[in-house]
Amino acid sequence: MEILSVRNLTKFFGGVTAAKGLTFAIEQGEIVSLIGPNGAGKTTVFNLITGIYPPSEGEIRFDGRRINGLPTHRITRLGIARTFQNPRLFNSLTCLENVMSGQHCLTSAGVLGAIFRLPSQRREETRINETAGRLLDAVGLARVRFELAKNLPYGDQRRLEIARALAAEPKLLILDEPAGGLNEKETQDLMELIAWIRQKGVTVLLIEHDMSVVMQISNRVIVLEYGEKIAEGTPWEVQNNPQVIEAYLGREEDEL
Amino acid sequence: MPGGILDLKARWIPYLVAGAAIVAYPLLVNDYWIDVANFLGIYIILGLSLNIIVGYAGLFNLGQAAFFAIGAYSTAILNTVYHVPVLVMLPVSTILAAVFGYLVSMPIIHLRGDYLCIVTIGFGEVVQIALTNNIFGITGGPNGIVDIGRPSLFGFHIYQPFQYYFFILFFVLLVAAGIKRLENSRIGRAWNYIREDELAAKSMGIDVRKLKLLAFVLGSGLAGVAGNIYAAKMTVIAPGSFDFLASLLMFCIVVLGGPGSTVGIMLGAVGMFVLPELFRGFTQARMLVFGVAMIAMMLFRPEGIWPARRYREEIRSEEKDTASLT
Repeated sequence: MEILSVRNLTKFFGGVTAAKGLTFAIEQGEIVSLIGPNGAGKTTVFNLITGIYPPSEGEIRFDGRRINGLPTHRITRLGIARTFQNPRLFNSLTCLENVMSGQHCLTSAGVLGAIFRLPSQRREETRINETAGRLLDAVGLARVRFELAKNLPYGDQRRLEIARALAAEPKLLILDEPAGGLNEKETQDLMELIAWIRQKGVTVLLIEHDMSVVMQISNRVIVLEYGEKIAEGTPWEVQNNPQVIEAYLGREEDEL
Repeated sequence: MPGGILDLKARWIPYLVAGAAIVAYPLLVNDYWIDVANFLGIYIILGLSLNIIVGYAGLFNLGQAAFFAIGAYSTAILNTVYHVPVLVMLPVSTILAAVFGYLVSMPIIHLRGDYLCIVTIGFGEVVQIALTNNIFGITGGPNGIVDIGRPSLFGFHIYQPFQYYFFILFFVLLVAAGIKRLENSRIGRAWNYIREDELAAKSMGIDVRKLKLLAFVLGSGLAGVAGNIYAAKMTVIAPGSFDFLASLLMFCIVVLGGPGSTVGIMLGAVGMFVLPELFRGFTQARMLVFGVAMIAMMLFRPEGIWPARRYREEIRSEEKDTASLT
């Protein structure tokens, strides 16, 4: 079953075309990587899917529903959570509070509930706490739950961001360069984490520059160049696609 | 654990001492100082109301006196013209101020800090000028409204300063407790997320616009509570009490006390209110001393007297960032 389908997605920024007639689909339970040279429009695609900007043309359907034009928070509520290329954590808050933010859209206690500590509100708070604690445990950050997010080393910040996104209980998790800036050991842990997430039934779409990560974990790879899709297929197919090699390495001289 | 219970007791001692001092205060001082405390109490409520907007949601508002005025004038008008008891007016004034808060903030809530600030200053001025010009012939113009009723409950009338003292104290504690609970709820946390990183908050499924509006509405409604109490305490109100300086005073209470911190707001209000009283001996130089104290405060303790932990972190890390640039 298709969980996300994008048809003819186009985005202009003034005279610049950041995405041009993109069409692709993601099946439930897949891990799909979006790759391409710098400036190929990968992050733009993520921002379009998550509603940060509205598309200029085209359609995005998620879980059978048209989502383009919806505000970001509604899209998250429908089941798409993301991380950012440079971690955007709530720096002056604790790790636990960071992860708790993901639960906001799944809970409903209001002002009166909080002021009168209604039983339903207290139950909800307990649930938020437990879920956040469990997720911190899952990403291996349980021991720093009361540490401020900004005091974590970079690799842990990335994991915390993933835990925060998972707290929104998404059907589709979007990771923007999750291995960026990580060392070998951290990258290895990250791949295990992504495999675990998929096992939990969450579909994963990621942008990644580290080709060994892309080739090892992806079921499918989509290649962008100048806002257009130039190839799509299994990691092996994409790796041997002449157009992709050209996009990354340039054309050989005698072909010019 | 050795001394575990003793430690617990030791932690409560400052609170007990503070509580006893607050209760004993009206017995120890004259009526003048009781009234200073009464105004302090009203300004603590105002500081707490503005703190929701400025401290939690991170929105600038330099027109909070307008909502204070709406609370006070609605109570005064309906009490003097239609003889509605002031305590009955308490929820009415609150809702009215909240409705105005909603109407004013709805079209401008998406604006960035500085623009929002200008709009709120404008609104504050509009309200004060409307009151001065006796709008609809109901505000009494520059002289205001006199003979407002005093609060009474089950035949018990509040009219002496020390009675007002406990009346106001009750509301201060009620408001502070309510806000404390709100702060530690999903709503309070959502405000923190928005203040820290709006885009990340949105991406976590938080309806930023709705929560900002909620902060504004709650903050203005609470200023309406303070307005109602003020009218009932003064029995005479005039536009001069709701000018830009009043808004500025509330803003300073929040910023100097420690945005986002309930205790900080209380200390900030004490500082802003009691220090000028103590400096009365300096006569002409009173405001000068006060101004110097404020500048010193911003230089040496920019996060406020008693900051919320997160604010200290935010401000100190910004300092570090700028320091590393040079």
